[in-house]
Amino acid sequence: MKTFKLGGVHPPENKLSQSAAIEVLPLPETVTIPLSQHLGVPANPVVKKGDSVKAGQLIAKGEAFISANIHSSVSGTVQKIDDVVDTSGYRKKAIVIKVEGDIWEDGIDLSKDLVKDISLSPQEIVSRVNEKGIVGMGGATFPSHVKLMVPQGKTADVLIINGVECEPYLTSDHRLMLEKAEEMLVGIQIQMKALNVDRAIIGVENNKPDAIDHLMKLIPEYPGISVEPLKVKYPQGGEKQLIKALVNREVPSGKLPIEVGCVVHNVGTSFAVYEAVQKNKPLVERVVTVTGKGVKEPSNFVARIGTPIANLIEAAGGIPENTGKVINGGPMMGKALSDINAPVTKGTSGILLFPQAETSRKPVHNCIRCGRCASICPMGLEPYLLAVLASHKRFDDCETEKVMDCIECGSCLYICPSGRPLLDQIRVGKNETGKMIRLRNR
Amino acid sequence: MNLLTVSGSPHVYTEESVSKIMYGVLFSLIPAALVSFYFFGLAAIMVTLTAIVSCMFFEFIIQKYLIKGPVTIFDGSAVITGALLAFIVPASLPLWMVVIGSLVSIGMAKMTFGGLGKNIFNPALVGRVFLMISFPVEMNMYPKPTSFSTQLTDIITGPTPLAVVKEGVAQGEKVSDLLPEVPEYVSLLMGNMGGSVGEISALAILLGGIYMLIRKIITWEIPASYLGSVMILAGILWMIDPEVYVDPLFHLITGGLMLGAIYMATDMVTSPMSRWGMIVYGIGCGFLTIVIRIFGAYPEGVAFAILIMNAFVPLINRGFKPKRFGEEVKNG
Repeated sequence: MKTFKLGGVHPPENKLSQSAAIEVLPLPETVTIPLSQHLGVPANPVVKKGDSVKAGQLIAKGEAFISANIHSSVSGTVQKIDDVVDTSGYRKKAIVIKVEGDIWEDGIDLSKDLVKDISLSPQEIVSRVNEKGIVGMGGATFPSHVKLMVPQGKTADVLIINGVECEPYLTSDHRLMLEKAEEMLVGIQIQMKALNVDRAIIGVENNKPDAIDHLMKLIPEYPGISVEPLKVKYPQGGEKQLIKALVNREVPSGKLPIEVGCVVHNVGTSFAVYEAVQKNKPLVERVVTVTGKGVKEPSNFVARIGTPIANLIEAAGGIPENTGKVINGGPMMGKALSDINAPVTKGTSGILLFPQAETSRKPVHNCIRCGRCASICPMGLEPYLLAVLASHKRFDDCETEKVMDCIECGSCLYICPSGRPLLDQIRVGKNETGKMIRLRNR
Repeated sequence: MNLLTVSGSPHVYTEESVSKIMYGVLFSLIPAALVSFYFFGLAAIMVTLTAIVSCMFFEFIIQKYLIKGPVTIFDGSAVITGALLAFIVPASLPLWMVVIGSLVSIGMAKMTFGGLGKNIFNPALVGRVFLMISFPVEMNMYPKPTSFSTQLTDIITGPTPLAVVKEGVAQGEKVSDLLPEVPEYVSLLMGNMGGSVGEISALAILLGGIYMLIRKIITWEIPASYLGSVMILAGILWMIDPEVYVDPLFHLITGGLMLGAIYMATDMVTSPMSRWGMIVYGIGCGFLTIVIRIFGAYPEGVAFAILIMNAFVPLINRGFKPKRFGEEVKNG
């Protein structure tokens, strides 16, 4: 069975919610829709306070090249456009809408019927994906239409679909592959058409045998698409690691996957592409896993964008008494939340609750130079060295030691027996080194 | 509800810790310790206990009264330094010398550099070399193995098998005439020979090494390249003239080679970080060991070989980087 070669770790999988079918979360009273839910420039609002909006209506326009449109996830009245604390913990602009009924914009097909025929041309597909605000749903939230436009002089020959879900606890992609497999497969065909490739590979870790079996049964009807079971290893869902595992190509340092003829999209994104292209439905809802060892009913919900995270936790049986940490995402790369009223955004794949006892890090000891961080780094870096260089502000050396290649997967901090804050220091190094490089290139 | 903790990712951590690693090493030393207690009796137990207790004592004194910082004597590292120091001195060594060796190991080799993780040279080896230079007579008298001896004084001593062969060859004797003077290979493997407290049984040390490999405390690179290069170099010399150069197997199972390759050279703090760095370091250790054993003044070269290579570790770390992802583009 395939996997990537360099480094990797095996944190406990804890997929508690893997057999919980996706449930539709009831509508909240208000939704808070941040204008920056994607990588790139925030969208500009096109509604104002007091406007009444329908679900699926465009409320903010992504005007830069790397930006994304934002649509209302509910019908109701715009209460305010104001700064709110989002999942990043910073105050950012958001549109707050009071929910009134559930009326959808005209032209959106809400039926569950599978539409297989792809009538749009490649150009039309790209502009539809752009128009409907689709972003990468694995967590990085890179605007998807940009990835579907192959730059001049480059060619894509294979589309890689990320169904790895290597983060412990999270199961939203797993459930999607089980419950929306056909829609997802059509979505993949749409992306293949847009990219003009005849081959797509879905990479799935073999801790999801039911999803692999299910997809295997369906793919004969979808020519060009194959499913590849992968040996479980974190961070296999990293773009570069997944490409290496599936087609044994190495994306050069500082380059994008297209350099080696690959485009990578997540399974959730493929489903969103299907809905946008075949059903004319913008990205206004997503599957979110709510889980944790103390959670009464670990669940997978379809939630409208902007729903307070507190509502999801309530629906999963309420917040356990001893909760000490709430994480937006998985335990390896997710962000700890300061406020559970922050809204679900396009990149929210899971909400993870940790008891107080598991919130603190290990006590920090001297580095014993065991070299484990270097041996497990999936990018072949030396985290112990980068951390020291960064804390001594030697950013020139950080650059030579390839700090910018770090994907912040967290494996080094996970493995360190001395509990050293390796990734924290490397992040500082990355930031400062990045600044230095940008200044130099100006 | 409680206040929520906010911290950078990741939010899960391995169960592994510094003291778990250290006590893992200690646990793996049990077979070698049992063999030495069997062959050298009470004297070996006394030397081991003295070294461990005095290493912990000196670390405590230094941390508490000189550095005035946190005391970390129970993290297991001082215990290991003590145990390893005891394992590489003769069981007949006067206990006050063991105490001095411990002071040098902890005080000079470890704490002056800043404590755990900061030292350049392996503390136990520094202690041994200090003792060897300071007390050459006592450090070169190795007790003959008996069984369960409770004798602490007037122990019968003699040269180690390595010394027997080295001196014999130096006086023009043939290897084939010298080998009958030392125990048979199976006997050597079990540890039935003169030598330092814990180095005698290659088999017991190998057992500990396998445990550490399984626990992932050490990796295969250093022991394999070290032992491998010793075998190859000794093998080449042996093929040139088997009557002057003893066979590679003899080199492998006598002296401190096995202990050195599995416990000393693999010391995380003083060995390289990358795979190729480790292999180069191991080969360097092997080369120097053979050079000292065959051409040097001492019959045994493991301690010096590893200490010399320790000094090269920063250089090796610079020269042998791990393979970076996406460094050279290989497509296919």
